[in-house]
Amino acid sequence: MSITVPAPDPALAAGLDCPLRVLDLDGTRLHDPLLDAHLGDIDESALADLYLDMVRVRRLDTEAFALTRQGHLVLWPPLLGQEAAQVGAARSLEQRDWVFGSYREHGFALLRGADMAEFARIWKAYAHGGWDPHEINMAPSQIIIGAQSLHGVGYAMAAKMDGSDEVALTAFGDGATSEGDVNEALVWASAFQAPVVFLCQNNQYAISEPVAVQSGGLPLALRPTGFGIPSMRVDGNDVLAMLAAGRIAVERARAGGGPTFIEAVTYRRGPHTTTDDPKRYRDEAEVEAWVAKDPIDRVERALERMGVDMDPVRAEAKVRADRLAKEFRAAAEHAEPPAAEEIFDNVYAQPSRRLERQRAEHLAFVASLAEESK
Amino acid sequence: MTETLTLAKAVNAALADALEGDDRVLLMGEDIGQLGGVFRVTDGLQARFGAQRVIDSPLAESAIIGTAIGMSYRGFRVVTEIQFDGFIYPAFDQIVAQVAKLRYRSRGRVSMPLTIRVPYGGAIGSVEHHSESPESYFAHTAGLRVVTASTPQEAYSTLRAAIASDDPVLFFEPKGKYYTKGEVDRSIVRDLETANVVASGRDVTIAAYGPTVETALRAAIAAADEGIEVEVIDLRSISPLDVDTVVESVQRTGRLVVTHEAPAEASVSSELITSVVERAFSSLEAPPERVTGYDTPYPPSAVEHDYLPSLDRLLDAVDRTLGRRNSRTELDYASVMGAAR
Repeated sequence: MSITVPAPDPALAAGLDCPLRVLDLDGTRLHDPLLDAHLGDIDESALADLYLDMVRVRRLDTEAFALTRQGHLVLWPPLLGQEAAQVGAARSLEQRDWVFGSYREHGFALLRGADMAEFARIWKAYAHGGWDPHEINMAPSQIIIGAQSLHGVGYAMAAKMDGSDEVALTAFGDGATSEGDVNEALVWASAFQAPVVFLCQNNQYAISEPVAVQSGGLPLALRPTGFGIPSMRVDGNDVLAMLAAGRIAVERARAGGGPTFIEAVTYRRGPHTTTDDPKRYRDEAEVEAWVAKDPIDRVERALERMGVDMDPVRAEAKVRADRLAKEFRAAAEHAEPPAAEEIFDNVYAQPSRRLERQRAEHLAFVASLAEESK
Repeated sequence: MTETLTLAKAVNAALADALEGDDRVLLMGEDIGQLGGVFRVTDGLQARFGAQRVIDSPLAESAIIGTAIGMSYRGFRVVTEIQFDGFIYPAFDQIVAQVAKLRYRSRGRVSMPLTIRVPYGGAIGSVEHHSESPESYFAHTAGLRVVTASTPQEAYSTLRAAIASDDPVLFFEPKGKYYTKGEVDRSIVRDLETANVVASGRDVTIAAYGPTVETALRAAIAAADEGIEVEVIDLRSISPLDVDTVVESVQRTGRLVVTHEAPAEASVSSELITSVVERAFSSLEAPPERVTGYDTPYPPSAVEHDYLPSLDRLLDAVDRTLGRRNSRTELDYASVMGAAR
């Protein structure tokens, strides 16, 4: 038996040696033929919009972090340092596309229009989900590592069955690439040529474990090529490179070209969550090295190099970020807790007699306490 | 109009009618297409409805369920097949952490109208992992409906109800009964929560489901020869359990035997007997009894008939509830347990 091995696609694994980048640390616009072809429309104003997006995402993140420290939220998984990876990818999608993410996808949630009051309730432990998925085309955030990758592939398969050109993007971290679900998702996406974008935000750590624990030192972007899935290793702190990579993947999916994998090489500058202590597993010097690669500073420098007067842009960004932070803080501080009776809601579409009986028993118990305290 | 069908053909008819009636219904599973499934349950469906709607999947159970979740977000009703009971565990996380919880997580905004078909149970003379009864794992998880069927009619009507439901349903098919024939009236509509009283009697209640219903009915006939009236309840739904129907019966008979192939520990019988004791303690005239698989892994099938609930084991349990002489009358537990120390 002989098999035909497809000719290697030059773009099957781009950036393996050095992550694809079009904005240098000092803001210099570098040229990359693969990415440049998808950035023709990005002028000063479009880049300034991406800057505004990133500033707002960072402000939401830092405000939520502070709110957790102040006791208004119970937990927060910060994305500090990953703003470009999320903003670039999110802006490569249209609103009709769907996003299936993990619990750190605050940038996607914000840019897709999640209701901030509802969003705050998740991290106040008032609700498990924080927005209407069908309103913003984004599945509820999901905590089991990598499980959402299969949901994204299934959604993409369904879109293809419907003859639609909508695509699904599923976002996960470097740790998730070790999960069976992500590997099964790659198999299925390849087998069914599903119009799906795999966005792996390699933020270098799965809680305390450095990415080498998952990868054996090989680039994560190498792995999908074994599944026949084109892959790009991209500087995840370069918002333009992320936007271009996202567009390449989305356009391929829309055109019937199947899945693409993007490894966004970035860094989680904060702890895994507000309960984590990264000092136990990494040096401050390492963090400082990544501060120098800050995704927002880089765009500021690029805009300055383009001759943009940054003062009004920064002022506008501050106004918008402050407004968002104020809105989010108010939501976090003033959210109404769920009624205890809601424990029993939305377990089934059709409530069961058994559960209704349990609800009645619980309410009778609560009423009995009220009676006693009179 | 009725027709005579095997249970496997009744499942096939339910799938065909669901595919015919709603173009958002899809089937997905391993070997279900051209082969028609390892039990031929989906025979002919891919030829009739196409490979887009009857999908042969790669061999990854977690992905079968996980991708069906994604399709549900887009409004499809996916009927997935897990090839054998013992193969469901790789999909456990997607079923209990995702399918079961998405309505709750999204506060009612996301529906998972998924049906997960699982051939289950023993008595087919097979090898390891092919004869298990894993229903209790799923009954323990809120948000899932867990149902089974005892006859071709029940299989047809219950599967139609499962596919039509906006809740996720695990539909356990008693594979040992796949080739049992019965009359099927496709117009009969069944719900997913109500038990059936399939034989009336006033002395002892036997609650059974799936493959053990037939054994219970045979026990009722045998007991009648000795003047004992056995009421047989086909539970149908394992979660939620129709405790009301069983309590109503026990209030009349005062005696309860629960039977299933799954092991006894933390099982459907554990739950049902507890519920009956909670609600009908004063009606009980004898301790409830159970006839189940033993608390062992499923044994090699050469000895499965010793493991599975049988007519004689059921009659023995009926005798125990009535205080009649039985296999345990002279069992010396103290000496047996002494040996175990």
